Amino acid sequence: MSAYFDAASTEPLHPAARAELLAALDGAWADPARLYGAARAARMQLDRARARVAGVLGVRPDEVAFTSSGTQAVHLAVLGGAAARRRAGRHLVVSAVEHSSVLHAAELHERDGGEVTAVGVDVHGRVDPAAFAAALRPDTALACLQSANHEVGTVQPVAEVAEACRAAGVPLLVDAAQSAGRADVPAGWSFLAASAHKWGGPPGVGVLVVRKGVRWRSPLPKDERGGRRVPGFENVPGAVAAAAALEAHRAEAADDGPRLAALVDRIRTEVPRLVPDVQVVGDPVRRLPHLVTFSCLYVAGEALLAELDRLGFAVSSGSSCTADTLRPSHVLEAMGVITHGNVRVSLPRGTGAADVERFLEVLPDAVARLRRSAGVTAP
Amino acid sequence: MRFRGRTRREPEPAAAPVPPQPGGPPPVLVIDALGRKCPIPIIMLAERIREVPVGQIVAVLADDPAAHTDVPAWCRMKSQEFVWEETLARGGWGFHIRRMY
Repeated sequence: MSAYFDAASTEPLHPAARAELLAALDGAWADPARLYGAARAARMQLDRARARVAGVLGVRPDEVAFTSSGTQAVHLAVLGGAAARRRAGRHLVVSAVEHSSVLHAAELHERDGGEVTAVGVDVHGRVDPAAFAAALRPDTALACLQSANHEVGTVQPVAEVAEACRAAGVPLLVDAAQSAGRADVPAGWSFLAASAHKWGGPPGVGVLVVRKGVRWRSPLPKDERGGRRVPGFENVPGAVAAAAALEAHRAEAADDGPRLAALVDRIRTEVPRLVPDVQVVGDPVRRLPHLVTFSCLYVAGEALLAELDRLGFAVSSGSSCTADTLRPSHVLEAMGVITHGNVRVSLPRGTGAADVERFLEVLPDAVARLRRSAGVTAP
Repeated sequence: MRFRGRTRREPEPAAAPVPPQPGGPPPVLVIDALGRKCPIPIIMLAERIREVPVGQIVAVLADDPAAHTDVPAWCRMKSQEFVWEETLARGGWGFHIRRMY
């Protein structure tokens, strides 16, 4: 019996998405750019999917484009947003704890002669809106802030930062990958990026929203597809399934969100009580409801993940040895908290209380065993 | 920008010139954790800090980049005093910690 506690990496496919995906594979396979009946049907399905996504996100359908991933949506927003404001300047502002897709796009911009300011965070991983505002300059082309952090669940002050950006005349990209489908994003942004598989949609579908009147120029070769924003043949079945999952997930979040939040609260309270030398990280109040991250002193994250996997729990970690790299998570580094022994628990929809109780039952012994085998005797 | 990609190993920060004078009193114990990956340097520090008298300094030498975050974070968590860090000429750092209890 195994429990999947890694919703922040990807949420299992929602049954509503599966049903609509299968139907669309049969009924919406034709080229939506053509003029015959099957093509018009595909076009209608695509337009309808766009309208459904727009409805949940509270934007206009013609502001929504489907991409091949959340990462591609971010890349297009960062590079296209910066390219469109080249005359204003070549300066980008990002938070230090953005997803790697934002930071890698910013690195590329920097290699191309642009300049990037990374705004730091407090020990909870939260951006100070005043510090973010202070980083905006007359030559700032674009600012980027996540709605919530993917590793520690801290919700960022998007409304305050959006207001500062508006006052400075700088477009804001909100990377809403971790919160879209769970909570509404505060208004005032210019670009939004999200990823369907995080809300129970299929893999291979991202969402890029460009608000009306916001200047954007494709950083890629010209293409007529995807509303001239996203090149390539549209993934109509994927878009249909993504829209179905978003509606279903958002509707269910009203009931399931508070239930998951209570389970997360229980983990937040119990883990430090049951396991010595543990630090729960991330903002204690302004946080995602389904995600909790903690670090166990003197334990290698990789060993703890393997042990928990053996015990039937799929969790993730920001500790260095768990990634294909020797560096610890840039998020934990920026927060200045322990980077080893890190565990991220993120509950998918419908997680049972019994699974959480079993996790709390096995975790203390798992940590104690690993500490003993590492020769830890320190109190 | 200070972000370092997680998908590739970047060169270690260039060995900065060693400060001309130490930032604190000399350590009474030096723990050599060079070449050891976290959490081992932290385990060595936690195990051996008891060997120095309260109020005295222990130094940990480490070159795992994670130690750069983890040693100060451990000090905050365990209410030990992080006094200063030096950059070692051969790469890595020397972290100086005062035992508080």
